[in-house]
Amino acid sequence: MSAIEKISLDQTGLLRFITAGSVDDGKSTLIGRLLHDSKSIFEDQLTSITNTTRKRGAEGVDLSLLTDGLQAEREQGITIDVAYRYFATPKRKFIIADTPGHEQYTRNMVTGASTANLAIILIDARKGVLTQSRRHAYLASLVGIPHLVVAVNKMDLVDYSRAVFEKICSDFSAFAEKLNLRNIAYIPMSALNGDMVVERGDHLNWYQGATLMDLLETVSIEDDINREDFRFPVQWVCRPQTKELHDFRGYMGRIESGSVRTGDAVTVLPSGLSSRIKEILVYEGPVDEAFAPQSVTLTIEDHLDISRGDMLVKIGDTPQVTKAFDAMLCWLSEQPPDLNRKYLIKQTARVVKSVISRIDYRVDVNTMAQEAVNALKMNDIAHVGLKVQLPLVCDDYAGNRATGCFIIIDESSNNTVAAGMILPAEGSA
Amino acid sequence: MSNHPFSHLDALESEAIHIMREVAAECANPVLLFSGGKDSIVLLRLAEKAFRPGRFPFPLMHIDTEHNFPEVIAFRDHRVKELGERLIVRSMEDSIKKGRVVLRSETQSRNAFQSVTLLDAIAEFKFDACIGGARRDEEKARAKERIFSFRDEFGQWDPKNQRPELWDIYNTRTHPGENIRVFPISNWTELDVWEYIAREKLEVPEIYFAHTREVIRRAAGLLPVSHLVQPQAGEKVERIVVRFRTVGDMSCTCPVESDAATVEEIIAETAMTRITERGATRMDDQTSEASMELRKKEGYF
Ligand SMILES: Nc1nc2c(ncn2[C@@H]2O[C@H](COP(=O)(O)OP(=O)(O)O)[C@@H](O)[C@H]2O)c(=O)[nH]1
Ligand SMILES: [Mg+2]
Repeated sequence: MSAIEKISLDQTGLLRFITAGSVDDGKSTLIGRLLHDSKSIFEDQLTSITNTTRKRGAEGVDLSLLTDGLQAEREQGITIDVAYRYFATPKRKFIIADTPGHEQYTRNMVTGASTANLAIILIDARKGVLTQSRRHAYLASLVGIPHLVVAVNKMDLVDYSRAVFEKICSDFSAFAEKLNLRNIAYIPMSALNGDMVVERGDHLNWYQGATLMDLLETVSIEDDINREDFRFPVQWVCRPQTKELHDFRGYMGRIESGSVRTGDAVTVLPSGLSSRIKEILVYEGPVDEAFAPQSVTLTIEDHLDISRGDMLVKIGDTPQVTKAFDAMLCWLSEQPPDLNRKYLIKQTARVVKSVISRIDYRVDVNTMAQEAVNALKMNDIAHVGLKVQLPLVCDDYAGNRATGCFIIIDESSNNTVAAGMILPAEGSA
Repeated sequence: MSNHPFSHLDALESEAIHIMREVAAECANPVLLFSGGKDSIVLLRLAEKAFRPGRFPFPLMHIDTEHNFPEVIAFRDHRVKELGERLIVRSMEDSIKKGRVVLRSETQSRNAFQSVTLLDAIAEFKFDACIGGARRDEEKARAKERIFSFRDEFGQWDPKNQRPELWDIYNTRTHPGENIRVFPISNWTELDVWEYIAREKLEVPEIYFAHTREVIRRAAGLLPVSHLVQPQAGEKVERIVVRFRTVGDMSCTCPVESDAATVEEIIAETAMTRITERGATRMDDQTSEASMELRKKEGYF
């Protein structure tokens, strides 16, 4: 084993990304290619998919079988749910959410996108920018994915033509401007042959940019988290009440954004009471400073009544505390929303009763047109108004993903029926 | 922020701690499944990080097949004592005595029957959440499972009807009789687990390290000789240097040939190994393409 370089991933971080594309654009092949060329496919997996390929009467290895995991999918040859894959290079560790592209699966893409740093939107070079590509770009912008890669795939089928590639780039960017999407990279490739995925290949020498893998390894994701505004939702109050720790009260949670130092003046929301940070504790002991997304325990100077769902923020940098707000919703359930019913909203560590007070419009994800509607169906994206029984402590989603997102739960079925993104309060920004 | 390197292990750790605290806060009666294996050893450290200086807000539970490696059971008891937490043990023998499990033979693999004992224990204690150490990189069906994986009152997983899981807002709600399996290290790989064990200097049972053992070659793998596995006609007992990548039922957990004797050597070996953990070590998962999915649908971890 001596000749092999030990893989050390420390200090390189974790990149989460999704692949979006229409059926047959090559998502599964691309993921298979990334895994294969980064030597992340295991021999027994390769044997198993080679056998399956053969059983279906095809030749070679169908790399798409790697991600199509459930029995039903293997039988029908389709992808029906979000699958997670892992691979690592010496530079970074990666988590891929493979999200199917069928029309009825907007919810899967939103689900996969919700935790992603980056989205790869696949476009078939022969077909160019289609309605579906626009839809995927819109959803990526809606969910606020910080980085976008447009992968123009199947270049081998258009003779690796530079003109075809450039036409697709200009079509896409004209459209992306309207969506306020920034940080877009365009890469021509053949997932099937491996050109510009991990290796550059011999056919695309006119393209000077990074390969997909180079880009994945080097894109800076540091600022994907809001680094400005300290937000600490309390998840759990630690009161050991032992002899030694009789009066210890630790507020446990994860810093969702920003950072905190001992001595900082903080406000507890929604109560509005103030104190100072006494200690920042991690398992190894006290530290002077902590930052998102660390999980820590905080103690404060004063005895305040703080419980789960409250949020610690810095004095002078406070989020909204509100009982009514507007949001974009992605409706996930087969049962349409009922405006007369109460639903539960879970946002950070708070669960509150709520009603959907208005449906302002539905967005046609293909044309981005706003349509007046009275009801919503599964996979609909809509602009709505919500009212909550107890105040939420939140930011607008565009400014702070972690404190601007929520889910809606149907109390009778316990299902998660919607994903929501809070919009800026009227009059602000 | 560049003065604060935040490694991928830091990110995975913080995610897992966040998940455990959500379970503690929102579930009425959770339990952490501890087998003495490496993944659940990592879970215990994460629970310490999540809840110290407090006590764990849940007991630990081991579903004992009684086909365990003695080293693992000894380790389990040692670790629980060290932590000062409560351990519940429910054994498959109880399920067999009650007639809930019927085995064809004493030496048959018991992995598949663990579900029965687990479901009985869930019913006995009315647990509404079981924290487990499964990882998505282990197997194709797991790759599609949610971190909070909802089970109906028969413990069944319905892969086509999973609750969507968005951002890191977890829906922990259940009706009476239903429960949730929670997998805080869903996003970890085998390599991450070993790197974390190294970083945290965690103790693991001896059988993870290279040692000389009597084995026989059967089907595609090696099987450790024990009272459950004896050579059959034509099979030869060999003494070779092996280690285990998982610790499960002794009758079907295969060691791999390896001379990795330290955590660092295991990391080096794992980083370049070409066979998945389950492919190498679990005969019961090789039976069919979908065997894990089928077992999960029946209530397996
Ligand atoms: N010629 C060519 N075919 C490709 C390429 N990428 C994918 N394909 C083929 O396109 C088909 C659909 O690919 P798949 O990965 O399953 O698409 P998905 O539906 O987006 O996951 C398969 O037959 C692939 O072999 C490519 O770069 N060039
Ligand atoms: Mg596919």
